[in-house]
Amino acid sequence: MKTASKIYTAFIFVFLFAPIVILLVFSFNEARSLSVFSGFSLKWYRELFRDEATLESVRNTLLLAVSAMVISTVIGVAASVGIDRLRSKWLKTALKTATDIPMTNPDIITGISLMLMFVFAGRLFGLANSLSFWTMLIAHVTFCLPYVILQVLPKLRQMDPALPEAALDLGCTPRQAFFKVTIPEIMPGIITGAIMAFTMSLDDFVISYFTSGAGFQTLPIRIYNMTKKTVTPKMYALATLIFFVILALLLISNLTDDDALRARKERRRNKTKKIRGNEQ
Amino acid sequence: MKKVFCAVLAAAMIIACLAGCSGGKSKTLNVYNWGEYISDGSEDSYDTIKEFEAWYAETYGEKVHVNYDTFQSNEDLYAKLSAGAVSYDVVIPSDYMIARMIAEDMLLELDFSNIPNYKNIDDSFKGLYYDAENRYTVPYTYGIVGVIWNANEVDEADAEGWDLMWNPKYSGRIVSFNNSRDAFGTAMYKLGLDVNTSDKSQWDKAYEELMIQRPLLYGQVMDEIYNMMESGEAAIGAYYAGDYFTMVDAQADTVDLRFYYPERTNYYVDAMCIPSCCQDKELAEIFINFMLSRDAAVANAEYTYYASPNRVVYTDAEYLDYMGEETIEILYPETGEFSAMYNTYAYKNLPQDMLDYMNTLWENVKIN
Repeated sequence: MKTASKIYTAFIFVFLFAPIVILLVFSFNEARSLSVFSGFSLKWYRELFRDEATLESVRNTLLLAVSAMVISTVIGVAASVGIDRLRSKWLKTALKTATDIPMTNPDIITGISLMLMFVFAGRLFGLANSLSFWTMLIAHVTFCLPYVILQVLPKLRQMDPALPEAALDLGCTPRQAFFKVTIPEIMPGIITGAIMAFTMSLDDFVISYFTSGAGFQTLPIRIYNMTKKTVTPKMYALATLIFFVILALLLISNLTDDDALRARKERRRNKTKKIRGNEQ
Repeated sequence: MKKVFCAVLAAAMIIACLAGCSGGKSKTLNVYNWGEYISDGSEDSYDTIKEFEAWYAETYGEKVHVNYDTFQSNEDLYAKLSAGAVSYDVVIPSDYMIARMIAEDMLLELDFSNIPNYKNIDDSFKGLYYDAENRYTVPYTYGIVGVIWNANEVDEADAEGWDLMWNPKYSGRIVSFNNSRDAFGTAMYKLGLDVNTSDKSQWDKAYEELMIQRPLLYGQVMDEIYNMMESGEAAIGAYYAGDYFTMVDAQADTVDLRFYYPERTNYYVDAMCIPSCCQDKELAEIFINFMLSRDAAVANAEYTYYASPNRVVYTDAEYLDYMGEETIEILYPETGEFSAMYNTYAYKNLPQDMLDYMNTLWENVKIN
């Protein structure tokens, strides 16, 4: 049984990572081919850094992902706090269901309906280009928002409601209580939500495809458009670089996160010990 | 915490604003073309867009910024433009889509006094069915479908006509098109039928032929064909001449790809046109004219490996030298009058009921 489960795990890892390894190896290929390795070369990396259009699309993608992350996190936290404080249970459920719609809706429907709405609004204002960076940003915020709310809302529910109340009792203004007590308490949820929003925005293709305007194409769209002919090995090089950047980020965040968590737990334990000691 | 939050937010807003407002006061030209369909400066090639911007600034003393976007299929382009979502100044769709766009009033008539280089387009590329009076389009590239075969596996004596793709000797080594129109096309060219027929019995005949071919196929593919042919995974397939050279460039040592045209086969043309949403028609025409000028046209033909209808290109000594004699022979076959062959064999827009009928038959081919 144990060996079986080990073999099973091994298979999962092979199937998950083999494609990435192949891509990585062939990014160093001298020839164009994805089947014949004719020699080691950094040619495709050089080509990549010369390809203005591709670099531009990488910049666009990052700009969009960062903006969508920041905006959807801010709106998402505010929305979560609002939903959490609602007294009417019915309204709460209704709002939560409404925020889940963009998440459960198929991408293609979200994409097309957003595009139609932007075109309609563009016509109303008499714009020739109704689609632009801004429409893409609105679209991305729309589908990132539910993920932020999904992460933040449970943290708010877990939080002891006495904490902000205590802060108010001790002389904080409501704003101070929110920023000094509530926000630090739900911070892990906010960070997870922000990271999810960032990744969702980064790898979205379908919705971006329908809402992209003239002069602003993201990386997934650019790669897709290359498939009329072949995708050039420059893209393997780019994928390799992205893979390593993400790997590094993950390593850093995992290492620092553990330390931070341990330190925080330690502090809390010390505090409660002190309080208990005083009580006794 | 709050300060950090605000700072990040402010920074993001400023960056976003800069991105949104870039371009300033200079003129803007929006071009929409196929992916990988222009010489873009990679591998030390000519950077068409940059050269155009520099040339324009020098000639007209005014800055122009080109937004160069790409699409993956004619249908994608049509969807974007017909929704009225974006405005492009120059688009480069294929023939059948141009016919449809003209019929739906989506293209503007060109002012050829702004495109003097149009004189370099050979007369045999004028009067093509999609724009019979030459009012809307300037051809960019053209191509002819041929059969690609691996000489290390396939007997040279067998390499003739469409029969090779039906030869049971190579069962399991043949790949065919994975889209209905092209797949039916091969069968209809083989049988000598009209690919634009409205006669259902003709489509039935082609269907029977495809069912005969079905058990011999290794697979039905589109752009996967590149890797399959290059690596020797498959030995016989049909594709465009220009793409054949891309495959030869990357073929494995054990593979020796060859190419020939069957007697009846598919012809296509991709042409530059100006859609009705164009913002600056004169600028668009100047761009089209630039694309026809010697340096740009030669560089694009060398980069894409597709044949050019531009006389300046296929008579250019440097281009002929770069491509090599054999390549030129394949790219520019002696087919006689191009327009006559083209108007007979190219795919035209089928009426909806014929399309539906064909797709029903195609689904049967795919299921069995």
